[in-house]
Amino acid sequence: MTGSRGSRFKIFLLWLIPVAFMLLFFGRPLLSIFRLVFSSRFSQGWTFFSWEQLTRPLLFSFQQALLSTALTLLIGLPAAFLFARFDFPARKTLRAFSLIPFILPTVVVAAAFNTLIGPRGWINLLLMDLFNLSEPPLSILNKLPAILLAHVFYNTSIVIRIAGQSMERLNPNMIEAAYVLQATPFHAWRTVALPLLLPSIGGAAMLAFLFNFTSFGVVLMLGGPGYATLEVAIYTQVFDRFNLPMAGVLAIVQLIVTWLVAIVQNRVSRTLFGNAMVTQRNAVRRHPSGRKEKIFVIAMCVLLILLFIVPLLSLVLRSFVSLDASGGEVGGVKTAFTFRYYTELFRNRHDSIFYADPISVIRHSLVYSFIATIIATGVGLLASYAIAGSGKRFSRVMESFLMLPLGAGSVILGLGFLLTYKHAPWTSGRFPVILPIAHALIALPFVVRTLLPAIRGIPRNLREVAAVMGASPWRIRREVDFPLLTRALLVSLTFSFTISLGEFGASGFLANAYTATMPVAIFRYMSQPGALNYGQGLAMSTLLMITSVAGSFFIEHMRLPRKTGAHTSEMCLIGE
Amino acid sequence: MKLKKQNVRIILVLSLLLVLLTACGPKAAPDRGQESDDLRHQSRGSCIEGHAGLPTKTDAKPQRLTVMTHDSFSVSKDLITAFETAFNADVMFIKGGDAGSALNRLILTSASSNRPEADVFYGIDNTFLSRALDHRLFESYRPTAFGKIPATFNQDPDFNVVPVNYADVCINYDRMWFEEHDIPLPQTLQDLTNPIYKGLLVVENPATSSPGLCFLLATIAELQEDTARDFWIALKENGVVIASDWETAYYTHFSGSSGKGACPMVVSYATSPAAEQIYAETEQDESPTASLLIPGTIWRQIEYAGILKNTPNRALAETFIDFLLSKAFQEEVPLHMFVYPVLPDAALPPEFALLTQTHDAFHTMDPLEIAENRDRWVNDWTEWMFD
Repeated sequence: MTGSRGSRFKIFLLWLIPVAFMLLFFGRPLLSIFRLVFSSRFSQGWTFFSWEQLTRPLLFSFQQALLSTALTLLIGLPAAFLFARFDFPARKTLRAFSLIPFILPTVVVAAAFNTLIGPRGWINLLLMDLFNLSEPPLSILNKLPAILLAHVFYNTSIVIRIAGQSMERLNPNMIEAAYVLQATPFHAWRTVALPLLLPSIGGAAMLAFLFNFTSFGVVLMLGGPGYATLEVAIYTQVFDRFNLPMAGVLAIVQLIVTWLVAIVQNRVSRTLFGNAMVTQRNAVRRHPSGRKEKIFVIAMCVLLILLFIVPLLSLVLRSFVSLDASGGEVGGVKTAFTFRYYTELFRNRHDSIFYADPISVIRHSLVYSFIATIIATGVGLLASYAIAGSGKRFSRVMESFLMLPLGAGSVILGLGFLLTYKHAPWTSGRFPVILPIAHALIALPFVVRTLLPAIRGIPRNLREVAAVMGASPWRIRREVDFPLLTRALLVSLTFSFTISLGEFGASGFLANAYTATMPVAIFRYMSQPGALNYGQGLAMSTLLMITSVAGSFFIEHMRLPRKTGAHTSEMCLIGE
Repeated sequence: MKLKKQNVRIILVLSLLLVLLTACGPKAAPDRGQESDDLRHQSRGSCIEGHAGLPTKTDAKPQRLTVMTHDSFSVSKDLITAFETAFNADVMFIKGGDAGSALNRLILTSASSNRPEADVFYGIDNTFLSRALDHRLFESYRPTAFGKIPATFNQDPDFNVVPVNYADVCINYDRMWFEEHDIPLPQTLQDLTNPIYKGLLVVENPATSSPGLCFLLATIAELQEDTARDFWIALKENGVVIASDWETAYYTHFSGSSGKGACPMVVSYATSPAAEQIYAETEQDESPTASLLIPGTIWRQIEYAGILKNTPNRALAETFIDFLLSKAFQEEVPLHMFVYPVLPDAALPPEFALLTQTHDAFHTMDPLEIAENRDRWVNDWTEWMFD
């Protein structure tokens, strides 16, 4: 794929912006923080180092990430298949809801699970009532199952979106052709569909694995102090021991593992065909027919509702219900419908200088995520085209290089940002420019992972035909590539938008005192005692969910021109 | 036709977003210049006595003063505006995460350059004090109001930092739960290991939580190391629940909070019951929770502020420290941050005075002693509780 000198120069130009972005906003902050923590100021010799403090969290990170990823795939793949292949009532709603967990701050997810499966959550109350028990029978808080459950809750949407969009693009004619050639359904799927889907399934699995591997809030809050991933260990080394070089070592190990995982995934799931057969026809989805399919659709819907909608709904409901302990009166708690938590959001009780009304908090969040979405999608699109056009070896290296932001701990990267970009306009001004950039950096791996398989899947002969017919390169992009990339583009826009909207780690570090984002505001409420503070946290979480659903609905319905797409896919069939 | 309609939609969407962006760009930060004049007049007199004689130049460009603090810091807008007007200053706050993170951030950024990120730092407590002093972050300053502060609060003989507020870490309990179950309240530290309180207490991990560390230090100060070990092992056998942070302990595990957990006792602050009542959903005669004031479970957490080394705004920074110790600021501290002022003649707000309980049997420790033993104690505790 090296091509002529002219096309090499074009590839070089494509690389320019992504590489500069990564070096400036990833390489530079990391280098400066590592240089500082390993300088003689913080470390003398290797006295800071302890093998046990490295191996223990490393081992646990691997164990729980493998388990969590396996469980996520177990639920996510059938769910992706469901959304990609079947039409049924409430499909769109369910699909939009499945994205919400991805953006919720851990404090809120912990609260949601607590209202559901906590010691006084309604499942336990129901079981106690049914079987006349005096003790709650289910207790998974502070245990491994709580971590696994939360990881599945968080990451299933990655599999649904990323594997799903390639399932949607899969040309059913290919499978039909296999049937015609007397293949069994299983055989057809295994030998035709799976190899075509493997790049995106592998990509989704890798993202889920890395997310689990670097998990912080879930492990800290739901797993409790008995468990520590590398990311938690980094935080403890910095917060409790102030052993910065040790934190630096842990961060480097985490980066190396991320790099290795990305490389391994890249080798394993590289597509076997140069160009996967794709389609843009909308006829791919159909209503379930036959008993087996109907049972599958119903069972999956029930499972997804239980996993996603019920915990979220219990949280939303709770934000409208007051639990009145009625002044020390012995007996049950009175519940009543209330708007109080929402109205209280608009009240600045003590005239605090840091108070921000919910409207402006939502506005701050939207501004940040709008900018982050533009940056991430723009840089990601350039990078994906550059990877697709580069030589095999180089593209492999660069592809895994672009995955690295997932592996840099937010504690370490956040401190690096502060060292490198501590002056206006980056952080210290009224509008911290570095914040949307940090969000875009975190979203970039997702964008690349989503766009790259789609770009690689564009049949080359289509472009060649267009070129032969005299279309300019720009026109080829617009009329051949763009329609075929629409779905992947929408998915990556949705991901960047929601990642930025829900991001808390870097926001807690970099947001200035006056422009809090929604997750930061939620955390502020929930770190104070008092029913109204807790209620306001829940109310703000509900607003965050509404914003994200509205945003992703909006993006997915931003129907980009499709008509030419239908033409090209027809052309594609003729061309073959 | 269809294509056109879609294009129109896209243009609409983009223009909407543009409008949104341009509309809120400049508004994203609070506007300082728009403070109405009468507000300035109103607040000018109310604040900061003792500085009335200082010269003020209102015509010159205000001098920027950057104050770094933690997430829980709060102050009223009026008071800051009054300060800004009185000293022709423009005060800008940076919130650096929780108390520990803000301090770490400061140490790192000041290690990498000579110019500090801020002029004043507010919010190091006595458990972190030695870490701050070790890294020589501050310039010594002894404010005039210093004489009025009780000597017990000052733990730095060199005046690198000055105490501003304090709060007691202690056990909160769910009043209704104890009433309903007809179980007497524990009276001593050792009572907590009694089987009738099995699984009823939730504490925070001292390695990741500040109140958790305070509580551990209180037990060690009370019992000495060896007995403390026995106590904690007995507590573990009695089913003590350990959470990583205050938020999880309070809202997931504690039954007295809105989270409705399973444990009726939690390590929190002596002022939390007051917050529970002030932030109750409906007006209550009493708080749903109360503090359990048992000797050996109470730790006095003192918060300090200091002028950062090499600040180019030393004079204004001094004024700000004076301001923190002024009666006006000290009287705001209780309702804004749910802590007590260090100035004895600062009046407490009525609801605060009524609601909070105090006890003399609290512990503190010399910051040096904490610094020397902290790592070992937290390590030992982790071994006791998890091995």
